[in-house]
Amino acid sequence: MELSTSLGLVLPELILSLSGLVMLLFAAWGGDRLSSSISVACCVALGAAFALVAPSVCAGASGPGTMAFFGQFSADAYAGMAKLMIYAASGAALIVAPRYFDRLGAMRAEYPVLILFAALGMSIMVSASDLLTLYIGLELNSLSSYVLASFLRSNEKSAEAGLKYFVLGALASGILLFGMSLTYGFTGGTSFAAIQAAASAGEMSTGMLFGLIFVLAGLAFKISAVPFHMWTPDVYEGAPTPVTMFFASAPKVAAVVLLGRVAVEAFGSQADAWRQVVIFAALASIVVGALGAIGQKNLKRLLAYSSINNVGFLLVGLAAATQAGLAAMLVYLAIYVVMTIGSFTALLLLRDAEGNQLETFADIAGLSTTRPALAWCLLLIMFSLAGIPPLMGFWGKLVVFWAAVEANLLALAVLGMAASVIGAFYYLKFVKVMFFDEPIDRVKGEADTANWVLLAICAVLISPVGYLLTGWLVSVANTAAGSLPLAG
Amino acid sequence: MGGFPILSAMLLVPLVGAIACLFSEAKTARVIALVATLIDLALGIVLWMNFDVGGAQWQFTERAALFAGFDYALGIDGIALMLIMLSVFLMPVCIGASWTSITKRVGEYMAAFLLMEVLMIGVFMAQDILLFYIFFEASLIPMYLIIGIWGGDNRIYASYKFFLYTLLGSVVMLIAMLWMVMEAGTTSIPELMVYDFPPQAQTWLWLAFFASFAVKMPMWPVHTWLPDAHVQAPTAGSVILAGVMLKLGGYGMIRFSLPMFPEASAQFMWLVLGLSMVAVVVTSLIALVQHDMKKLIAYSSVAHMGIVTAGLFAFNTQGLEGAMVMMLSHGLVSGALFLCVGVIYDRLHTREISRYGGLAINMPAYATIFLFFTMASIGLPGTSGFVAEFLSLAGVYQISSWAAFVCTTGIILGAAYMLYLYRRVAFGAQVNEDAAAMPDLSTREYLLLVPIAAAALWMGVYPESFLAPMRQDIAVLDARVSRAAPQGDAHFKMGTGVSAEEAHAEGEAH
Repeated sequence: MELSTSLGLVLPELILSLSGLVMLLFAAWGGDRLSSSISVACCVALGAAFALVAPSVCAGASGPGTMAFFGQFSADAYAGMAKLMIYAASGAALIVAPRYFDRLGAMRAEYPVLILFAALGMSIMVSASDLLTLYIGLELNSLSSYVLASFLRSNEKSAEAGLKYFVLGALASGILLFGMSLTYGFTGGTSFAAIQAAASAGEMSTGMLFGLIFVLAGLAFKISAVPFHMWTPDVYEGAPTPVTMFFASAPKVAAVVLLGRVAVEAFGSQADAWRQVVIFAALASIVVGALGAIGQKNLKRLLAYSSINNVGFLLVGLAAATQAGLAAMLVYLAIYVVMTIGSFTALLLLRDAEGNQLETFADIAGLSTTRPALAWCLLLIMFSLAGIPPLMGFWGKLVVFWAAVEANLLALAVLGMAASVIGAFYYLKFVKVMFFDEPIDRVKGEADTANWVLLAICAVLISPVGYLLTGWLVSVANTAAGSLPLAG
Repeated sequence: MGGFPILSAMLLVPLVGAIACLFSEAKTARVIALVATLIDLALGIVLWMNFDVGGAQWQFTERAALFAGFDYALGIDGIALMLIMLSVFLMPVCIGASWTSITKRVGEYMAAFLLMEVLMIGVFMAQDILLFYIFFEASLIPMYLIIGIWGGDNRIYASYKFFLYTLLGSVVMLIAMLWMVMEAGTTSIPELMVYDFPPQAQTWLWLAFFASFAVKMPMWPVHTWLPDAHVQAPTAGSVILAGVMLKLGGYGMIRFSLPMFPEASAQFMWLVLGLSMVAVVVTSLIALVQHDMKKLIAYSSVAHMGIVTAGLFAFNTQGLEGAMVMMLSHGLVSGALFLCVGVIYDRLHTREISRYGGLAINMPAYATIFLFFTMASIGLPGTSGFVAEFLSLAGVYQISSWAAFVCTTGIILGAAYMLYLYRRVAFGAQVNEDAAAMPDLSTREYLLLVPIAAAALWMGVYPESFLAPMRQDIAVLDARVSRAAPQGDAHFKMGTGVSAEEAHAEGEAH
């Protein structure tokens, strides 16, 4: 394979890394004055990468023609679809940030650059077809994320979030590396194709099984699946809200898609070995995510538990271990990203008269009489997260459970669906507080066009109007999932 | 009708109205809601007049592949037609009932009601199983808001209970639906209705569907959400809850449980009959001791629904027809009874029975209309209730005389609690001065109650108008379930008489 072909395949990543480096220089010499122009430039870079990836997704790129650098990097439609979501979510995190940081006087030029590098890391993650590529992408993303979590340097909670994230993230990386070394030791290769060949050769050895479990555990930490979820509420609460929105959307997409690729491309022939782990993590995440959220008073903490809950549903799709299951997982991810961006954008619009962010249930009591438009948007998002039709959240749940039923995982489907009712309880609390309680009229913040536009787009997408897009979404997800080689 | 998509139009009119109401002032919102529901009523009448009785089973069908995995498919048979008529008939009444009593957030209120209308008639029209589920579940959202925002003092508890109870009932049904779609390879309800699922699978599927429909009906012992929801909901909310939402459960059984799982239905016949018998007797007794008028009528609804389920699982045409008429009749009568409660609640703002008394003296017209609906609820011949109870019990008698016996006691108990209620409210001395000073019905209230009374009378005197469109569909359903129909316990023994010739031959021998 020629170098130029490989470089052509990684063109979106090249654009991101080069523009990231250039912007870093601007940030270093220009200072924080340039932060808004750097934000715009980063958005443009993300948009360019988006435009470059889109055609390959639509065309359903797959096969050896998409492998770059001797099988270390795969630019197929599966990775492409994840990249589209990642770039879109990163762009949203750039759009909502200036307003939030400006008020605190904390908008720095590094913010957009860090987001850009994180997006680059995630882009590498989802395209990884070798354990080492995987690790490089994951760490690039993680290191940017640690800094982003503690971006409000003078804020204790933000610093605590960054430290917690860093310590626990380092532990997870260690676990992951240990699993990778075991896998390498027992299969004799680091590329997914080599692992697949060794794993399907015969009975799975104990060492290989251990390697697989450790890799899964390390990745479960990144997607905050139970029992590796403990860091999530603290980090989500402490991190600045735009960063929380970013954490809840883009890295989730990257880690879940990566998990899917490792499970199918590297260990696809041993699906029975990892399926029970995934089923356990799925059910535990759904239940713990739902139960943990019930007592929460802080909205960001509550959404953190909500994201744990949602990861459970994503894993239901993966547990099916079929092409339909992976496609369902991608569809759910797309809907989840829209719902997450919508809910955090709405949270960002909750400001009191002095412009301080409001973050507790007590602050939004009776919001429907004082701020009807915002309250109705939040109502749509909450019912959608609860999976009540005719909102899009229901469609996401429907496709993952459909895949589970088709894969004959009836018990998982019934338990998961029944547990989703527990989750409905706290989403209803949102609606109850906003619509049924006496208004206290604390939300005063003036209109913020960029946030409103973003919220309106999200609300329309998850409203029943969004169903008109399902045909297109499902066909894209199917071709994307079809680009992965599924073992028997 | 040509190619005019009348069913889509019936969904679209209230939907557009709902969106318009959301952005309107109180006065405009009321007018918009009334106009939208009246247009829908007019469309419903056009629909009924164009319905070809005895024609194709599914009429006015529309199909468009708008979504992935399922279709936008609409169509109705006679059973759905009647329930759609009930919904579009009650909706303008609901809007009228809220005309003056709702003063806060009128636009949102009217929008929620119009949305309810879209979703409820959507349930009856849906020809795709997932589309059905979407309409079926989505109706929780507006009802949750109606109870929670405009309800009584304990509205939060009631709204949560209503939402979570019914949601838990339905989620398992969704899994069953997905399995059926996978097995049969289609999401079309008409095709699934003639697909034979393996009997073993039927058992599980039936139970999953039953969990949802039994809660929605509601059947004893999962009825406990209903009294709370009814008591806390505003008057019009109660009307729509009793009038149409409870019918979703019965419609589900007649559309899914029976034709799709005949063997399992036969297998669980005694479960349903047993629960129905308990429901009829127990909830009637509970109704007898209520102090709250709305709660009393709510429990009477559970008892009436018990007769519906018994009639549905009688596996014969009388039982099915009786259950359908019972659903229509109960929709009208209990809706009207809630309106009657609303009339005096609007004046005195209490539902305590003991706060009223002797209303026949100062509100004679109200007392007359209330008496009519009381009698219709009891099942006096000439009212719709009689036709309903007679047909269903006649059907149940064929399958089990004991079940019919127990269910019939419900009529006696029903007479007891309804007449006792009426005596305490309308007759006796006027012990409360404020109640004695209440004015009689206003023109608006006449306009709400008289059409319902006329419909109930029509259904009681000439039920054929309502039975004719459903007859063929019920016959099809009966033929479908007959292969599994259990033996009744009425074992008629034909006497073995001696033929005349033999008798004479014997005589000649002598």
